[in-house]
Amino acid sequence: MMENALRTLGSVKLNTASVVLAIAAVAACAGCKKKDADPFPATGAVAGWEKTSDTRVYAAKDLWQYIDGDAEQYLQAGVVSTSTSDYKYQGTLEAVVDVYTMENSAGARKILETGRTSDAKSVQVGDAGLAYEQSVTFRKGPNLVRIVAYDAPPGTQQALIALAHGVEANL
Amino acid sequence: MKSRREFLKQAATGAVLAGSAAAADKLALAGILESHAAQNTAGKSKVVIVRDASLHGAGTQLDEQRVLNLLDKAMAAYTGREIPVEAWKSVIPAGILAGKVIGLKVNGLGGRGISTHAALTLAVAERLQQAGVRAGSILVWERDARSLEACGMTVNTDPSRVRCYGNDVGGYEDAPASWGSVNIRLAKILTRECAMVINLPILKDHNMAGITFSMKNMYGVADRPFMLHGNNCNPAVADLNCIPAVREKVWFTIGDAMSSVYDGGPGFRPERLWYPNALVVGEDRVAVDSTAWQMIERKRAEARMPTLEAVGRTPKYIATAADAAHRLGTNDPQRIRLVEV
Repeated sequence: MMENALRTLGSVKLNTASVVLAIAAVAACAGCKKKDADPFPATGAVAGWEKTSDTRVYAAKDLWQYIDGDAEQYLQAGVVSTSTSDYKYQGTLEAVVDVYTMENSAGARKILETGRTSDAKSVQVGDAGLAYEQSVTFRKGPNLVRIVAYDAPPGTQQALIALAHGVEANL
Repeated sequence: MKSRREFLKQAATGAVLAGSAAAADKLALAGILESHAAQNTAGKSKVVIVRDASLHGAGTQLDEQRVLNLLDKAMAAYTGREIPVEAWKSVIPAGILAGKVIGLKVNGLGGRGISTHAALTLAVAERLQQAGVRAGSILVWERDARSLEACGMTVNTDPSRVRCYGNDVGGYEDAPASWGSVNIRLAKILTRECAMVINLPILKDHNMAGITFSMKNMYGVADRPFMLHGNNCNPAVADLNCIPAVREKVWFTIGDAMSSVYDGGPGFRPERLWYPNALVVGEDRVAVDSTAWQMIERKRAEARMPTLEAVGRTPKYIATAADAAHRLGTNDPQRIRLVEV
């Protein structure tokens, strides 16, 4: 009888553990989905930045429609999908944010390192980041994020780095 | 492969341009080619580079009036006619000025920041109208609305104004067109709408082709351009330009080299952005691209970057376009008359 009781208790414990694990897995999955759907900070989420367009998403096979001949290097690095959105800083400085989701972190690393030039400044964003006067590129896990401004008034780089941190937080 | 002489002969007898409109168009086209043959003095292809160091003023914004002036200067240097309207009339035959549709093929694929500037497109449209072209007979054209927006243009199908729309509106032919390695469906804007197309590319480094300018801009006429990028886009660029509708309708380039990327293209790379502040004009697309290639190489050398050959991106398609199988023009510096103003 005692043996049966212990077996029942063990079973209950196991079931409880299974349910907890299942809930955690579902929650984690839902979180992943949400992040995958839109890593872009909403207007006001990063001081001064306004999201000015809908998020556009391109599957790997359609990437050429977005970046034409640039697509090949991303395909070779294992891009899975690309999402992009336009932003504006303090109502004037326009920029675009591209998030390339690769099959793995090696692909993101490859693109970041390939594009690196001697005048790049390393920045602490994601796993590794590079900043230029008018652009910031960083990788985090399998994601490669590129933020480019269309002009370079004073303070542009700092504003782009702040936006990069905003994107990083959503990845 | 037809020689120019054979083509002119066939054009005059209506034996070419399958799929395009009337015999009158063909005769007009023969006139165009006679005209552009005349630009090739002493057996040399004329290419004009005009520059204005103050084009961008103190910032990155173009001075539109200076762009118009630069265009006038380019056309004057190219044609030898100082009055803009006369210069345009000497390039574009009366038969087309009088009522045919002229396409302006811009390039917006690199996105904002590295697309054909609206100031140039609108300046060309302005001068065409002054030369007698109806506004609605001018069609600014690219692959899709997004690319046109990147060029600072707004989609407009109202025929009372300069029209502007992409292949996403115009559509593609059902039947494929082939030449050499290329087998694609052509944009109806090219095949059905336009009697001629003025090519308005923007000068860029290209991570596959080496450079993109005049001939590469024709990827915008194809339904599946991504199929044409193998082997440094060679021979695809040359083959594509040999397709009759491309070869025969798109023969005049006013290349936008007002801003450019000399590495990391074809997308916008502000860290590799440079302002040549120039237009490059010519009818020999191969000579124009050869000239553009040298501009990029000079800038790369100035920036202490390796040559395109050293990084495995020689724009081999330029030599291919000049070879005996393609005969699209010349890449021989001895046969190019470069005029720099």
